[in-house]
Amino acid sequence: MIEIKNISKSYKEVKALDNISLNIEEGRLFGLIGPDGAGKTTLFRILTTLLIPNRGTATLMNLDTVTDYKKIRRQIGYMPGRFSLYTDLSVQENLEFFAKVFNTTIESNFEMIRDIYVLLEPFKKRKARDLSGGMKQKLALCCALIHKPKILFLDEPTFGVDPVSRKEFWDNLKKLQKTDNITTVVSTPYMDEAALCNEVALIQKGKILAVDTPGNISKRFTHKLFEIKTNNNYKALLLLRKMDGINSAFMFGNSIHLTLNNSKKVTQLSTELTANSFKFSIKNIEPNIEDTFMELMQKE
Amino acid sequence: MSRVIEVENLTRTFGHFKAVDNISFTVEKGEIFGFLGANGAGKTTAIKMLTGILEPTSGRGKVAGFDIITERNKLKFKIGYMSQKFSLYEDLTLKENIGFYGGIYGLRKREIAERTKKMIVRLQLGNIENTLISEIPLGWKQKIAFSVATLHHPDIVFLDEPTSGVDPITRRQFWNLIYQAADKGITVFVTTHYMDEAEYCDRISMMVRGKIAAMGTLDELLLKHTAKDMDEVFLKLARD
Repeated sequence: MIEIKNISKSYKEVKALDNISLNIEEGRLFGLIGPDGAGKTTLFRILTTLLIPNRGTATLMNLDTVTDYKKIRRQIGYMPGRFSLYTDLSVQENLEFFAKVFNTTIESNFEMIRDIYVLLEPFKKRKARDLSGGMKQKLALCCALIHKPKILFLDEPTFGVDPVSRKEFWDNLKKLQKTDNITTVVSTPYMDEAALCNEVALIQKGKILAVDTPGNISKRFTHKLFEIKTNNNYKALLLLRKMDGINSAFMFGNSIHLTLNNSKKVTQLSTELTANSFKFSIKNIEPNIEDTFMELMQKE
Repeated sequence: MSRVIEVENLTRTFGHFKAVDNISFTVEKGEIFGFLGANGAGKTTAIKMLTGILEPTSGRGKVAGFDIITERNKLKFKIGYMSQKFSLYEDLTLKENIGFYGGIYGLRKREIAERTKKMIVRLQLGNIENTLISEIPLGWKQKIAFSVATLHHPDIVFLDEPTSGVDPITRRQFWNLIYQAADKGITVFVTTHYMDEAEYCDRISMMVRGKIAAMGTLDELLLKHTAKDMDEVFLKLARD
């Protein structure tokens, strides 16, 4: 459905994208996971035909993003990272406007947006600028879907959104994928959202670190991972970072995630923590996507 | 221990809408206090009242020893503030930003020069001190913004979603700065949508529709709401 070959894009000296290649199959919910400045938005702009790459090519449904841009634009939906709607128009007026631009009506593809629209309906006369963050996001999604696109691009739709609204948004995406078989490319800085995708690409500083299913990505972690809980994690972390034989040590919620160099044994670590009068527990755990992302980042 | 924040029955209405509805709580010196809530729950309105920007409709409070209604101007010299949306001036250099904020906070020229030098050494910023902020990556910017917000050695620093969009390693480096500040006795009042970060706090409060629906240490909250982590606590409370 989407084929990206050796795409590079620079702004002056800054390499936003550095020789990126990716294939995304039809009907997938594909996640582009990476922090601010990784190149996610640049890639979205190239794929949505708004930006021309310096090198490489990209095709959507076998249409080239540079030469066939007019055909592509009719068949994709794009929800940019920053709020993209007309803030001085009402909810209803925004929907009508986007429908007209794409030469369609709200009614003709209503089935697709019904579930989300129902939540918006009580506010349909309200100006877009007066909506809450979660509602703005729902309206933006409706507007991106109004012409029944084959591919949907969502650039950080959950940025700065609280955990409850984030979960609702992802439930909507899952449903769309199931009932309408839309191919969706979504970017996010939240690592926990990667688990909700069929396939993810981890992206950092313009390079793809890894592409795989969320389940398989964590298998790329190369060390044995330990979880340590102590009575004072901050002090323990300072001590661990000074110790010999520690490969990495990071805070993870109410615990520390740690890997050891080959020479170091867990029993040695226990002895050292005890000697410094910490109360603690250590256990071996499976790495998650954030652990993996951080390890891959450090190798770069 | 002394109290850095002390509020009683704080309320703020906009027309018929109660953005903050009768909240009372205290925060101790050197505490890292997590202030959670869904979008629109009233966090920002509460922070505006605590920092003396917005007058409460009713209720009272003291922050850093000053009344949030009658001593707002004195209060502002005792607090620091940064957010993901607003922190540093993009079209000023790193050094110019430090100088500007130092001036606003009433520091003398010599103090500004000394603290600028110390900060540049501590954060290893020697090679970018004359770079425009707009050309510095977000992760760095946020660390600098935090140091600038604490340049005048405030009693308390308010951080409004300071790490949104920052990569996981930089996010943790940022939290190291928070721990260091708390270790020195600066109280940290922080909002975040990352639930693992909520777990780094000494105490967590959770706002739901203008009220404080829960408050306590992580362990207390997990026990009370029979949850395995903060994410679960958040989902349970916010959906009630």
